[in-house]
Amino acid sequence: MTKAKTALVIGGGHNGLICATYLAQAGCQVQLVERRDTVGGGAALHHFGEGYSVPALAQMHHPLHPKIAKELKLDAPAPAPASAIIALSREGQHLYLGENGATGTGLSAEDQVAYIAFKQEFGAYAKALGALYLNTAPRLKDFDLADGTVLAKLGWQLRFGLGRDAMREFLRVGGMNVYDILNEKFASPALKGALAAQAVLGNHVGPRTPTTALNYLYARFQELQGPASHGTQIADHLRDAASDAGVSITTGVAVEQIMVSDGVATGASLSDGRVIEADIVVSNADAKATFLNLVGPAQLDAMLTHRISKTRTNGDVSKVNLALDSAPDFAGLNADDLRHRMMIAPDMRYVERAFNASKYGEISQAPVLDIACPSAVNGALAPAGHHVLSINVSFTPYRLKQGWDEGRAVVLQKVLDILEDYSPGIGAKVVASEVLSPVDIEAQYGITGGHWHHGEMSIDQGFMMRPVHGTAQYQTPIEGLFLCGAAAHPGGGITGLPGRNAARRILAKAAR
Amino acid sequence: MTMEKPAMHNFAQVLEPSPFHDRIVAHTLTQNWAEWNGYQTVRVADTVASEYFAVRSSCSVMDLTPMEKYRITGPDALDFLNRLVTRDISKLKPGRVMYAVWCNDKGKVIDDGTIFHLAPGDYRLCAQHHQLDWLLLSSIGFDVTIAKETADIAALSVQGPTAYSVLAAAGAKGLEGLKPFGIIETEMAGIKLTISRTGFTGDLGYELWTDPDNALAMWDAIFAIKHKGLLDVRLIGLDALEMVRIEAGFIMPGWDFNTAENVVRADHDRSPFELGLDWIVKFDKPYFTGKKALLEERARPARRRLVKLSLEGNRVPSGSFLFDRKDGTNVGSVVAHMWSPILKTALAYGDVELTKGALPDQLWAEIYYQKELKWRLAWAKCTVHSAPFWQHERRSKTPPLTS
Ligand SMILES: Cc1cc2nc3c(=O)[nH]c(=O)nc-3n(C[C@H](O)[C@H](O)[C@H](O)COP(=O)(O)OP(=O)(O)OC[C@H]3O[C@@H](n4cnc5c(N)ncnc54)[C@H](O)[C@@H]3O)c2cc1C
Repeated sequence: MTKAKTALVIGGGHNGLICATYLAQAGCQVQLVERRDTVGGGAALHHFGEGYSVPALAQMHHPLHPKIAKELKLDAPAPAPASAIIALSREGQHLYLGENGATGTGLSAEDQVAYIAFKQEFGAYAKALGALYLNTAPRLKDFDLADGTVLAKLGWQLRFGLGRDAMREFLRVGGMNVYDILNEKFASPALKGALAAQAVLGNHVGPRTPTTALNYLYARFQELQGPASHGTQIADHLRDAASDAGVSITTGVAVEQIMVSDGVATGASLSDGRVIEADIVVSNADAKATFLNLVGPAQLDAMLTHRISKTRTNGDVSKVNLALDSAPDFAGLNADDLRHRMMIAPDMRYVERAFNASKYGEISQAPVLDIACPSAVNGALAPAGHHVLSINVSFTPYRLKQGWDEGRAVVLQKVLDILEDYSPGIGAKVVASEVLSPVDIEAQYGITGGHWHHGEMSIDQGFMMRPVHGTAQYQTPIEGLFLCGAAAHPGGGITGLPGRNAARRILAKAAR
Repeated sequence: MTMEKPAMHNFAQVLEPSPFHDRIVAHTLTQNWAEWNGYQTVRVADTVASEYFAVRSSCSVMDLTPMEKYRITGPDALDFLNRLVTRDISKLKPGRVMYAVWCNDKGKVIDDGTIFHLAPGDYRLCAQHHQLDWLLLSSIGFDVTIAKETADIAALSVQGPTAYSVLAAAGAKGLEGLKPFGIIETEMAGIKLTISRTGFTGDLGYELWTDPDNALAMWDAIFAIKHKGLLDVRLIGLDALEMVRIEAGFIMPGWDFNTAENVVRADHDRSPFELGLDWIVKFDKPYFTGKKALLEERARPARRRLVKLSLEGNRVPSGSFLFDRKDGTNVGSVVAHMWSPILKTALAYGDVELTKGALPDQLWAEIYYQKELKWRLAWAKCTVHSAPFWQHERRSKTPPLTS
């Protein structure tokens, strides 16, 4: 590739914005095209009802990796205050699961000690895996120097960062399910339920699914970046950074086709009829959308097309937004507690049973609820005195037997019924509500299957096989076309790493 | 995409009889059968020599029904086929047939076959091996219907110098104007059928396609010419076909090379370039599976090549290694061999490693042979051929020569 001068970034999710900013700061002329009216993707702000706003999808997230702020010379946002996961209890005996310890009525001293040790142990594993998350996943074939360096770093981290005994333990637990791991460590059902829910949320797995230890480690890696906050500001922050770097942003226009000539991406045609030519095309859309819709199978090898079409991308999480005319009232929680991440997952069997339903195309009888109250921190999100709740509801499968036309009302009713148990009277406070099923998320955010991570996070779809082998390393079989979104390594959530790693890959290639 | 429910395996009759079975049984003196795509197929009906000479000097008939046949229709049929194979199918006009190969993503050949453009947008693909899975897999994103029609069509291959005369005498209409690789819808003795001027013998020949209900009547119309004592017509089996197809320069996927997607060991599959099929790889057409890999392969010196060889002497190089000189370095091996009665020489296909893209100056076959159970070794110098070993002008003349 000759030195690239112009780049087109398809999609202005946080990863697209970050990738565009890296490229622009490196001297590329970058255009970013976003099909929605605002940038941010899952991290954008979403308005509903009259005068209510919530984070579009990522209701709470940990800070971007500090390297991103440093490398892009962004003003780091003010650090958020320490945050916790609250394991909600019907009886008001809530547990507070923080970075440095767990408290709550009825939590035994043993569990409290074990919790600290567990967070440290899994923190160390997640840190060791950071060598992998922060870099292009190495190829196993046609290995180059950079690939070797990443593996060496990973090996070094695992062996010497962890030490021999910890490394042995890591190799033991890495392939395990969180159900067994948490049962080894703890007695409290509520504690285990909340941690298990945190591990499995967003993927089509239950606590007893093998390798869910890795899903927990991915969540743990995000926690290591700092306390979680509500996803209401990051989109503006990253948009401004991109604009400052010279990225030209167009919203309300979709890319319809990536143009390919003789195996080389040359640009894209847009829904407004325009054609943008570029030396480099970077897609923030998921792999199926990028390859099957925007590039098209006619430009791709058959087996690769098949592999992409077979990736598991059906989402299980619906988003329910509620507008309340007054503050929600959970017995035993004070007003300040509402800024934490509140989880309804009373024990691991509850989570496993909730998952079972989704295997058969049904909405869980008793779904896991992951609840945020962003208005507790940011009064601008609701009229004075009013509040918003943003709730991730799992499991609610994309392919729903009864169909989503009926399913939406079922999900809303289940959420209200469960909430009523934990916060009696809350139903009467609801003045507006909204259900985004995985099917709606697909339609509104362009994410195939409405999947949290743009595709299941599992060993066979992870690392050097993310999204599929042959397209890993952000590169694609189409020369000049790259992936920069959650479908690429290391995956979804608000981390900025796919965007950053992709930009570094692109720039490294251009420099050659 | 449509898929039929596969028929249940019949344990009482493991091999399917073809629609011509009753007649074939009567003509198969040896009862020497083979399996081909699940059908009971003749290996040798009488003697290989008489069958071989039927192809080369009179008229042979072979049951083609077991050949895998797929019907491809729908708005994207052309785009689908063009993405499937290495040749440019947009150049295939209705009423014409094209030979083609298709590759996997690595540019290694999965199978070869013929594509019949039956009517605008309506294609039939005939393949040596079962291909439905690969076709369906390749159809993701294309608006096409792919239907396996192997059992829905009865087919005979009628080949040899007198093939035209036999069919004309049997009442086939309109054959005189049919050019090589042409297709016509026509009639013969009151039967509706499709005739294509295609085959694997390097000589004049036709393939006849009809509804299985017409199979026996079609057979009888052809063999009536023999029974009336007008011209000889003989049933042939797979062994005679194997001889004439080597003479005519056709390769057999699965025999002459490992088909991709079935190979276990790295580098044991073959690209079209490695098979000497450069002439059917077209890069100036829309993307096809394997194109990127083949472009990369072409940019490097070729590593091996399947070559046509004739050998000195009268011994056939069965399973022979090939060397760059007598007692020299091993550079490959023989994958198919025969004694050609018509050319009076031993013929072979050799899979040969190249050095910097070039064949060795000489090729020698190391031939082990027995004399009254005692093994001996002989060396035979090989000559490399680029053209088919044998091809008669009858193959291409229209109207057909009738001698
Ligand atoms: C229900 C749900 C809840 C979630 N909750 C959380 C959470 O609490 N915390 C967390 O960290 N993560 C959460 N996530 C995950 C997180 O939202 C995603 O992983 C993250 O948004 C991925 O970021 P991205 O930049 O790669 O892609 P996206 O945020 O999906 O952005 C992609 C952008 O590309 C645009 N686009 C797509 N196609 C085109 C096109 N053809 N032309 C132009 N533009 C196009 C889209 O409109 C979109 O703006 C949740 C996800 C879901 C589905």
